[in-house]
Amino acid sequence: MARRMLNQDLIETLTENCAPIRPLAHPAWRALIWFAVSLCYVGVVVAIMGVRPDFLAKITDPQFATELAAAFLTSVVAAAGALSAGCPARPIWERLAAGLFFLLWAGALAVGCWRDVGAFGLSGLLAHSDIYCLPAILAISIPAALLILSMVKRGAPIAPFVTIGLAALASTALAAAALRLSFRQDAAVSVCIWQFGSVVLLTGIASLFGRALLHWTKRDQLIASFQAHRR
Amino acid sequence: MSELSDTSKDRESRWRALMTLAQDGDQAAYGELLSDLFPVLRRFVMRRWPNAHDTEDVVQEILVSIHTVRQTYDRRRPFTPWLMTIAARRVADAARSRYARGANETTVDVLPETFDGDGAKSEQEARDDREALRSAMAILPSGQRQAIELIKIQGLSLDEASQATGKSVGSLKVGIHRAIKAMRQALERNG
Repeated sequence: MARRMLNQDLIETLTENCAPIRPLAHPAWRALIWFAVSLCYVGVVVAIMGVRPDFLAKITDPQFATELAAAFLTSVVAAAGALSAGCPARPIWERLAAGLFFLLWAGALAVGCWRDVGAFGLSGLLAHSDIYCLPAILAISIPAALLILSMVKRGAPIAPFVTIGLAALASTALAAAALRLSFRQDAAVSVCIWQFGSVVLLTGIASLFGRALLHWTKRDQLIASFQAHRR
Repeated sequence: MSELSDTSKDRESRWRALMTLAQDGDQAAYGELLSDLFPVLRRFVMRRWPNAHDTEDVVQEILVSIHTVRQTYDRRRPFTPWLMTIAARRVADAARSRYARGANETTVDVLPETFDGDGAKSEQEARDDREALRSAMAILPSGQRQAIELIKIQGLSLDEASQATGKSVGSLKVGIHRAIKAMRQALERNG
């Protein structure tokens, strides 16, 4: 059992260790910085994997353009939500906003599935096995995820599960968009199951680690770190 | 009523000003702010969790949390909601951790007494034991002594001690192991 400290002693210790700090910038601004850096990285990944040959034709397809835009918007808005969740008392809608673009993304995929049914009948709903999507999305998203993790760790662990879930959604949505730019996988149901499904699965798994990744510094831990710095 | 709201407005603007100065490193303003907040937080904890036996500990943890996340306070936004969000979160965490601890504890009417236990010793014997341990610790190298102090005396986990000292968990384990061995030998030598 740790020893109890006198209240006045604690206040004095905290006061003595009150170094000047720079307040965190607005979550939206930090999310844009993260997105810009991650987008550069994703650009390099896409350049290495090669842009799909039919990209210019595909981007004029409203369903594909909506799907891609929704994936990018989900990514940046989820990043803003994750960073906002680390700032106590910020409006709750900032955490929920990514859900709108996530639904738009899901809607665009649903329209694609509906279009495939119209073109090929029910056989258009047969999914090919594209299991490589899961490790590909995981691998592509890791650097972006590590960057956003280092950013959310500077915030307060008010809602650790939501924060990590949104950070994972931001990273995996960006990786899924990168895959769409590189690979000619256009069977909507396959994209829905293997790409969108991978994003949902990885986001769910990552959010379970919320409390392990984000936790409050305890009193004795902080005091010990002050003592260690003084030595 | 309007007098009351004026008072809370005054308090809010005072805390905002103090926090802004504290973020710039003004120790006097920070000390004043924390001293101001302590009774408010104590009342908050007692209202939220009336049966808490360790109100002071919870309030201290809230102050530490405020200290560690003070960079998240946005000077353009009100201070009180920021403060109360942290306080509410920490009270909920404390309640959850108390519940989790309680679930692993078994209540017994009489604690089993052993000859090694403190209960079976006279005050003089207990004092002698403490003195012998203190002497045995004094001969340890500083790294091993620090590991013993943090983990065995202050009760930090290996991860927490690792973060506090910057040493790896492995080297702390080795330090503890060697320290205990050296202390045991010293205690045996001194009878």
